[in-house]
Amino acid sequence: MGKDSLGDIASSPLDRRSLLKCMAWAGTGVLWSVVGGVPRASGLIGSAEAAAATAGGLYFVQISDSHIGFAKEANPDSAGTLQAAIGKINALPVQPEFVIHTGDVSHLSKPAEFDLAQQLLGELTAGPIHFIPGEHDVLDDTPGALFRDRFARGSLGDGWYSFDQGGVHFVALVNVTNLQAGGLGNLGATQLAWLKDDLQGRGASTPIVVLAHMPLWTISAEWGWGTSDAEQALGHLRRFGSVTVLNGHIHQVMQKVEGNISFHTAMSTAFPQPTPGMAPSPGPMKVPADQLRRLLGVASVDIRPGEPMARRVEMPLASS
Amino acid sequence: MTRFCLRGVSLAVVLMVPVVEFSLSASARAADIMEVHVDNFTFSPQAITVPKGTTVVWINRDDTPHRIVAVKNQFKSPVLDTDETFRWTFAEPGTYAYFCSMHPHMTGTVTVAAK
Repeated sequence: MGKDSLGDIASSPLDRRSLLKCMAWAGTGVLWSVVGGVPRASGLIGSAEAAAATAGGLYFVQISDSHIGFAKEANPDSAGTLQAAIGKINALPVQPEFVIHTGDVSHLSKPAEFDLAQQLLGELTAGPIHFIPGEHDVLDDTPGALFRDRFARGSLGDGWYSFDQGGVHFVALVNVTNLQAGGLGNLGATQLAWLKDDLQGRGASTPIVVLAHMPLWTISAEWGWGTSDAEQALGHLRRFGSVTVLNGHIHQVMQKVEGNISFHTAMSTAFPQPTPGMAPSPGPMKVPADQLRRLLGVASVDIRPGEPMARRVEMPLASS
Repeated sequence: MTRFCLRGVSLAVVLMVPVVEFSLSASARAADIMEVHVDNFTFSPQAITVPKGTTVVWINRDDTPHRIVAVKNQFKSPVLDTDETFRWTFAEPGTYAYFCSMHPHMTGTVTVAAK
């Protein structure tokens, strides 16, 4: 992979300034682009945020699955690794315009876990943070009330909402409540009707970013990694020229492109999970301590005018 | 003398009763409890048939929390973290489908037979 990205750099017409910027980032991560469903390395990170700052793009960062409260063998210090992730974002040479958190902020929806998460995330210099809940955040008696009170005030239903920034329309969905036996993630009829209304009348050239905790495409039905009624949501999204779907839940990076819709899952800041088929269950994956931070991290997303595909850069907490 | 004998009888009765109760309830417990383990996001055994009055105890052996919920809402556990248990006594015969409300692909059934 390192060889490929160096090859791309060598064959790209980079000027000295951007090459130096890339070199400054060498070893910290790789910029991925996705063509025809096959991810390929297209440059070292650093080029993304530098270019976003000059190209009038929208540049933000995704945090996911911080699981504050988790302290088992796979990572006894989930607060420490979230802090490391925040440190990494604060150290970016170009600050993101905002941050999104795609759910499982807490491990057990306990007030003390939410409080600690809030305190740690308060150290981010970039802001604001837009949150959606994961299934670990809605375990209170009124599912999700504690979460919404802290992280999604003014949201509708179980915590969905939309907003516009930099010419991009963001839709934050909740697919972790009212889950049905034998099913996957669930959006529900009320939210789908709201989504249809929310998108109605928007021009097809408006770039759309969709946030949802569980993947909106079925990665593994056996492990419950998908959303039962995702297809109905995608039906409302297909007419748009650029749709970027950002998910969490599976604690690893997977990507897929379907027409103008690109799907991305994110690393966790707490613990990795195995690849489907490579383990008996999706439970926390235990790795040697010196490898853990290579499998945890955040990602930057860069949406540029006229480009159908968002540029996404994975930023692991530690490089190999 | 009479008074003493009566006293002795009543004392014996008082002593006997708890012993009898204890042995009865001990055997009843052994027969009427069924364990279901949650291992690797799977209920094991996944389907059980038990006599009416059985208490089913779910034990979470995963590093991940789970929550056991009956499809028809007859019972709902609190969130079970690692090694935590939930017990439910099935007083009525019938088939009870249940699932994990956090990971709904995890399903199981308890079939309760009339004794």
